[in-house]
Amino acid sequence: MNILQKIGLALFTIALLIFLLANGLDSYRLSPENLSVKNEFHKKEILGAAQQLGMMEKTYGSSFAFNGDLKKAMHTAQQVLDEKAKQGLPEGVSEWDYRLGDWAMKDYALQTTKLSATGPVADNPLLFLLLTFGLGILGGLLYIVPKFGELPGIKNNGIYHNPMTRGLKVGLRGAFLGATILGVLVFGMFYLGGGWLWSLLTVIVGSFIAWRVLIKEKSKEEKPARSASPGITGWLGVLTGVLLIGFYVALYWAPQHITAWMHIVDPVSKMLSGNEASQWFLYGLLYTIVVMVMGIRMIAKYRHNKYQIIRTFSVMFFQTAIAFLLPEILVRLNQPYYDFKNIWPLNYSFFFDYNLDNLINSGGLGIFMLVWGIVLIVIGVPVITYFFGKRWYCSWVCGCGGLAETLGDPYRQLSDKSLRAWQYERWIIHAVLAFAVVMTLMVLYTYFTGSHNVLFISSDTVRAWYGFLISSAFAGVVGTGFYPLMGNRVWCRFGCPLAAYLGLVQKFKSRFRITVNGGQCISCGNCSTYCEMGIDVRAYAQRGQDIVRSSCVGCGVCSAVCPRGVLRLENNASDVQERANDLRVIHVKNGELEIENS
Amino acid sequence: MHIVIIGNGIAGITAARHIRKLSDHKITVISGETDHFFSRTALMYIYMGHMRFEDTKPYEDWFWEKNRIELVRGFVEKVEPQSKLLHFEDGKTLAFDRLLIATGSKSNKFGWPGQDLEGVQGLYSYQDLEGMERYSPGLKRAVIVGGGLIGIEMAEMFHSRHIPVTFLVREKSFWDLVLPLEESQMINRHILENGIDLRLETELKEILPDANGKARAVVTNKGETIECGFVGLTAGVSPNVDFLKDSGIEMGRGVLVNDFLETNIPGVFAAGDCVQLQNPKHGRRPIEAVWYTGRMMGETAAHNIVRGGQSLIPYDPGTWFNSAKFFDIEYQVYGTVLANPPENHAVLYWEHSDGRRSIRLVYDRHTGGILGLNLMGVRYRQEVCVKWLESGTPIEEVLQNLGMANFDPEFYKEYENDVVALYNRQSGRNLTLKKRRGLAGALDFLRA
Repeated sequence: MNILQKIGLALFTIALLIFLLANGLDSYRLSPENLSVKNEFHKKEILGAAQQLGMMEKTYGSSFAFNGDLKKAMHTAQQVLDEKAKQGLPEGVSEWDYRLGDWAMKDYALQTTKLSATGPVADNPLLFLLLTFGLGILGGLLYIVPKFGELPGIKNNGIYHNPMTRGLKVGLRGAFLGATILGVLVFGMFYLGGGWLWSLLTVIVGSFIAWRVLIKEKSKEEKPARSASPGITGWLGVLTGVLLIGFYVALYWAPQHITAWMHIVDPVSKMLSGNEASQWFLYGLLYTIVVMVMGIRMIAKYRHNKYQIIRTFSVMFFQTAIAFLLPEILVRLNQPYYDFKNIWPLNYSFFFDYNLDNLINSGGLGIFMLVWGIVLIVIGVPVITYFFGKRWYCSWVCGCGGLAETLGDPYRQLSDKSLRAWQYERWIIHAVLAFAVVMTLMVLYTYFTGSHNVLFISSDTVRAWYGFLISSAFAGVVGTGFYPLMGNRVWCRFGCPLAAYLGLVQKFKSRFRITVNGGQCISCGNCSTYCEMGIDVRAYAQRGQDIVRSSCVGCGVCSAVCPRGVLRLENNASDVQERANDLRVIHVKNGELEIENS
Repeated sequence: MHIVIIGNGIAGITAARHIRKLSDHKITVISGETDHFFSRTALMYIYMGHMRFEDTKPYEDWFWEKNRIELVRGFVEKVEPQSKLLHFEDGKTLAFDRLLIATGSKSNKFGWPGQDLEGVQGLYSYQDLEGMERYSPGLKRAVIVGGGLIGIEMAEMFHSRHIPVTFLVREKSFWDLVLPLEESQMINRHILENGIDLRLETELKEILPDANGKARAVVTNKGETIECGFVGLTAGVSPNVDFLKDSGIEMGRGVLVNDFLETNIPGVFAAGDCVQLQNPKHGRRPIEAVWYTGRMMGETAAHNIVRGGQSLIPYDPGTWFNSAKFFDIEYQVYGTVLANPPENHAVLYWEHSDGRRSIRLVYDRHTGGILGLNLMGVRYRQEVCVKWLESGTPIEEVLQNLGMANFDPEFYKEYENDVVALYNRQSGRNLTLKKRRGLAGALDFLRA
């Protein structure tokens, strides 16, 4: 590491610390103007309850103390309104508008906390924007740019010596995963308002999958030997994982405690769309910057490899222009917020009533968006995947893929290559696809019939549980939070329903495959190690067998790291039946004197 | 029937797998090195932190039990082929019905003074890797003796940990007994640009010990003393067969085998690095210590072991090929490419202006038939090259279709036009490149 890189790392660390501390720097004071409640009935009662608690006279040092009291006030208001509603609603007001629901309270808490903040961050957002985002980008670039000075070639030196990237022992990994699953299930009960039914159903499905894999498919006897030598656990990676997990938990379920970050990015949001920054804007901006900066790192690392360079430019472009900027500009032009490259069922809310209504009511462009979205699902995915494989989306266009290929690249070696992991993968990802399809059908049924219950199950609850379990917990908390723990494609490999759909096309009707160069494989294992999808590439390569796997996202890294030039990504299906046959590289054929050069 | 295999490297394990595919016999694989098969060629990547040891195992640990391949850890000290008994170092014995010897190689030592000191070793086994790990902390300089594939690997390994390396190469240029001059010089340049202290035409004279009997410095034939804490001896390997000395199995430098990989004793076979062929194919060496030949021998031996005395299959390694990677430069060779070609070998050599890529085509000056291809920094498709070589395709036909052989990743620049243009300039011909890179063309050609 040269001096510039050390300075860069130091600057980045400082920026990260300031960013993390920013949420503790401001104080919070409630006033009638700060109470961000448009509904007059709600506002009156909450204000009254807050005054009784003495909130107006108090300055709170933390968002936790502030929200503690605010929550009490809102609960009191909720009870009061419930009581009053029983005695009769005011004329012309519906019960739903009068009573104070749990969802409204979450929104009020976030907006009110943000408005009530005063202090260094809320008063100087631009300064903090420079100190966090600005300094972080500068530090990152100082660290990355000197890499362009090294000799071009595969530079994976020290990955398994580095406490950031060496991964962790299988036992500890299991503990993290177990604790996360348990946490999600328990929190899920409160999330859906005290119902344990959905957590229980999830446990039943999960247990079924575990039974299938371990008992029925006999994986219990085939214990994966992934436990490394003692002391292999990389503490920096674990710390990073914990930070990422914490970030996602706050983002999805406690945004009222990260309002300082929204203040910081307010100036950018106002410049782009004219609106105040929400937690989603914060996330989008951060995501885009990370993809850009780490994209430059990816290009530096693989600058001898044109495929990697072009592919990285592609994900950087789609994230920045299509996923981030274009929707903000659309909002500025009073058009619907729309990400043109996000496809159902990854974009699980595409068929939700509010989205459909919004698109239908937004004139020609809205209708175009609706048609575009459906065309992508029905024609785009199968046709383009037929020609190029699922890589056209997963490692060239997709936002989740874009993050995985940039921020996640240093962790790609941590994906589990065991047969057992593959068995789990097939069950889980297709279960999620089935869940997404059923949920969407129920939502559409409700949309067209107006009946909220399908048989005896509420489509609202199903979609809320999908959003919570799959979209937030799986895709976010586990999907990205587990980068340094289980590799950078946990979501794409085990969870993404669109990846499952693309994968089915790739497996059964696509020209894409990876070809193996005769008998050149030396079984070294670089390809398998660096396969982010956990495909045991070597198993195919060492017997000269072409690779057709539904999960392959075509990132091309197996081919890049191969020291013997054995693997090549191809868009051609001729002879694939014969060449992907699993008894291929056989030196002596059928015991005859027919010799193959392998 | 009980089939015992000594050695769990690529030859022994390939044999075990194929025996299992072909039969239900009891199989036992013995190794003194590791519990499970791993890829020897990947040892360097463990040291460099690209992979962990687990990642170099091509099969998960449950694979062996599931396929009823019994694994025994231990060193065989003596083989009694007549009584069909193996004696282990620890006194245990094991009976066999048929035996496969696949014990690989050991690093050469040429009687240098100090060659058995602490901190002096080769790189072949897992234990050698452990040795390198042990001596690395605090290491100020490593000296590597012997300019071949393992020597340059070792240099790359230490380099990855920022340990200075002095690389003593006896020859005028790196590996110039095998590589033609231009490629050899390309690697010289690449070694130097990686900051390795390359000393050509320099031999080891003696290794000096410190007070504790550990290597402290080397003295070269030029009289120079180079301080170092580690000496890598990488001047080639030879068959690891000392334990067979008085067994009655006929030996040369390696285990002598006939065309069917059987030794002088019926039922005892050998495969891999430890083998010395009695009748090697024309143009091939009797001992070929290469991953690929080990794999092919393992497979051939498996068939012959299972078949016993009847209709045995002769070992045929096919068209010669090999590959390696020198730091960042990949190397592939197909067919006959000699460092000192005879008169009838005509050569077309193209090199990229960046000095890290080249394509060499060797053909018969009189018949025009292609003899060999040598690639640096460019990947070629083995099956296409082999088909050209086996049918002695005329060089001009090869040139016009050369793109078909290109195996570089998508979007990579194709250099075949430059190669054809070079040929045209040198020969006054006016050929054009008809086929570019692509699987469809290659498969059409292979099917035809």
